[in-house]
Amino acid sequence: MSILKTKLKAGTFVVTAEVAPPKGVDLQGVMDTARKLSQIRQLSAINVTDNQGANMRQSPLVLAGALSREGIEPVLQLTCRDRNRMALQSELLGAAALGVENVLMLSGDHPRFGDHPQSRAVFDLDSVQLLMAVEELNRGRDLAGCALADAPAFFAGAAAAPEAEPFGLMLQKLRKKVSAGARFVQTQAAFDAQKIERFASAAHELQVPVLLGVLLLKSAAMARFLNAHIPGVQVPANLVECLDASSDPLAEGVAIARDLVEKARDCCQGVHLMTLGREDLIPALLDANH
Amino acid sequence: MIISAQKSRTELLETLEGKIFVFLIGCGACATACKSGGEEEVFRMEEWLCDAGKEVTGSMIIDEACHIMRAGRDLRQHKAQVEKAEALVVLCCGAGVQSISQNSPKQVVAALDSLFLGNIRRFGQYEEKCSLCGSCILNETAGICPVTNCAKGLLNGPCGGMEQGRCEADPDLDCAWVRIFERLEEQGRPGVFDRVVEPKDWTAKGTPGRRHIKS
Repeated sequence: MSILKTKLKAGTFVVTAEVAPPKGVDLQGVMDTARKLSQIRQLSAINVTDNQGANMRQSPLVLAGALSREGIEPVLQLTCRDRNRMALQSELLGAAALGVENVLMLSGDHPRFGDHPQSRAVFDLDSVQLLMAVEELNRGRDLAGCALADAPAFFAGAAAAPEAEPFGLMLQKLRKKVSAGARFVQTQAAFDAQKIERFASAAHELQVPVLLGVLLLKSAAMARFLNAHIPGVQVPANLVECLDASSDPLAEGVAIARDLVEKARDCCQGVHLMTLGREDLIPALLDANH
Repeated sequence: MIISAQKSRTELLETLEGKIFVFLIGCGACATACKSGGEEEVFRMEEWLCDAGKEVTGSMIIDEACHIMRAGRDLRQHKAQVEKAEALVVLCCGAGVQSISQNSPKQVVAALDSLFLGNIRRFGQYEEKCSLCGSCILNETAGICPVTNCAKGLLNGPCGGMEQGRCEADPDLDCAWVRIFERLEEQGRPGVFDRVVEPKDWTAKGTPGRRHIKS
C-alpha cells in the first residue's frame, strides 16, 4: 500500500521531491539521484515528471517502474497534452502493472513552451476528466464502461496554483478535482504566506491534504526568469530584492525555502520540494532547528 | 466565414514546377471578403504568374466555391481554357479546392492555406470563436466557447498557467475561463461550474462530416 497514502491518512507531515526522466536512454544518473533522495528520512515519495515544460524526454512510466522495483515510492505524473483518453488509460494500467500506486493528474504545459512547439496538443481529456478515468479504473471499468480483468488501486492527486487570481475561479476547478477523485494536492511553487494560508484553508474545507510546492531559489536572476517565463509562478518583489542584496544568494534561497517549509508545517500537510539539481540541500530545507 | 491566407510564392512556384499553362479560380464568398482569393487577388496572381514565365489560359470567380454543383457548372462554362491548362490554381479555402478536384481530373494547386472559421472584428481582423466541434457547451459557459477560446480546449476550468487573467499560451489573450467565470458571476448563475463536465463525445463531430437535411 502507498506510503504516501498511509502517511497522509495518518495526518503525518509528508515530503515529496521530484526527478525527471532523462533526455536519452540510460537511467543510471537519475536512479542515482533518486537513491540519494530516498536516503532522506522524511521523504515519502518522489514525483516523476512527464515531458515537463513540454520538453520531450523518456516516458515517465519506465522510471516510475524502475523506482518502484527498488522500493522507492514514485508519484507518476501524467499530462493530458500528449495522449488521448485511450493512451492515458493504457499508460495507467501499465503503471499499475509496474507497481505504481501514486499518480498526479495534470493538464500539462502548452507545447508552445517546449522543444516541440510545432506538435499538435491532444487535450482529449482535461485533468478533471483524467481523475475521473482513474476513479473508473479503480472501480474496475474504463471510461467507456467496459470491465477490466482486474482493477488497479491508484492513489490519485491533483495540482493547484495557490496564488492564482481570480482565486474563486481556481477554487472552482479544485472543487471539481476533489469531487472527481483527487485525494491529495501538490501545489505549484508558492511564496506569499497570506496567499498560502488562504489556499490551505480553502483546501481544508474541501478535506483534501495539501503538499505545498516549495521551490529553491538559487539567485535573483532565477527568480526573475521564473516571473517572466513560468506560468503560474510569481516570486514577490521583496524576495527578489533579498536575493539581489545577499552576498550568498543560494544561502538566502535556502532560508526562504526553509521559511516556506515552516509555513507548510503550520497550515499544510506536507511539502513538495523542487530543488532543481540541488537535492543535497533538501535536509537543510527540512531542518526546523536551523 | 472561412479565413484563409495566400501560400508563399516560393511554395507555389515549387508546386507549379514544370507546368506552364495554368487556369486561375477564385471565390466570391469568404476568400473575397478576406482578400485572399477575390477578383483583385486573382488578377494580381495572374500578373505574378506571367512574370514568373507561366501562361494563364483564363480565370473565373465562383460565387461560392464550396458549392460543388456550381463549381462544376462554372468549370464547364470555361471548358476550352480549362482544357488547355496543365494545372488549376485555386484561390479558395480547402473546401473550395475540393469542389474543383471533385469536378476535374486536372491537377489542382491550392494557393491558399485555410486558417479557421472566423468572426470579423473589422476588416482584416478576424477572431476564431467556434471550432465546429459538434457538441456545443455555450449554454453553460455564458456564451463563451472554451473548446475554441481556451488554448487547451479545457472543459472544467482554467489550467495552472492562467496568470493575471491571461492565457499561458498567449499572454496577449484573456484566459477564456476568466471571462466565463466573470460573466457567469455577473449573471448570477453557476453554469458549467455546477458539474464535472464529462469527457467530450467527439463522435458528434463526425469525420468526415456529412449531413442530409430532409424537409
